[in-house]
Amino acid sequence: MTKAEIIDAIYEKVGGFSKKEAAELVEAVFDTMKENLAEGDKIKISGFGNFVVREKKERTGRNPQTGAPIPISARRVLTFKPSQVLKNALNPHKERLKREAMAADGEGGDPSGSAGEG
Amino acid sequence: MTKSELIDAVAQRSRITKSRAEQVVNCVFDSMTQALEKGEGIEIRGFGSFTVRHYKAYNGRNPRTGKPVPVPEKRLPFFKVGKELKELVNQTPVPTGTEGEDGGATD
Repeated sequence: MTKAEIIDAIYEKVGGFSKKEAAELVEAVFDTMKENLAEGDKIKISGFGNFVVREKKERTGRNPQTGAPIPISARRVLTFKPSQVLKNALNPHKERLKREAMAADGEGGDPSGSAGEG
Repeated sequence: MTKSELIDAVAQRSRITKSRAEQVVNCVFDSMTQALEKGEGIEIRGFGSFTVRHYKAYNGRNPRTGKPVPVPEKRLPFFKVGKELKELVNQTPVPTGTEGEDGGATD
């Protein structure tokens, strides 16, 4: 899905706007969110999730090829935490799968290499 | 910012009523949710992209009791921030000495 399809949805489902207006509205939604996040403020969309700006401390990373240490400066990063509602929407059979997993687990040990400590 | 504050901001910015702005904002997130439900990714230029990641079943543990718990396979939405927004968020340098708040769960 791209912005164009969201614009179509506004045009068709909300209605009363021209395609151009629908496009401007979708732009306004994302621009408002961007400006808000640029200020370091989080966004909480109930039923969807939270966009949170996190401050990361300076740390030492490594060049994965050479193993040489590289300093990684302190920075702000954006993370998204999906809401439980969204997670449930993506897993409609969660409860059934859970019951099945519990049942299968009760049927006996783990067949795959539980050789243990050594 | 909450969803209702986003609605207010969009209403002001686009000079439409709050109830119209509410329909618009809800429609944006509803269509995004529907795409993710179908397992479809979403790409918003300048903002970021959402993908659905599939996780296989695994054995977890109840953190309180230490008992093993079977975790069934699941799908989770994953957000990757776009280049433009990534830079916008990080444009002001992080002040040293006050950046100790990351890592912890914020709910």
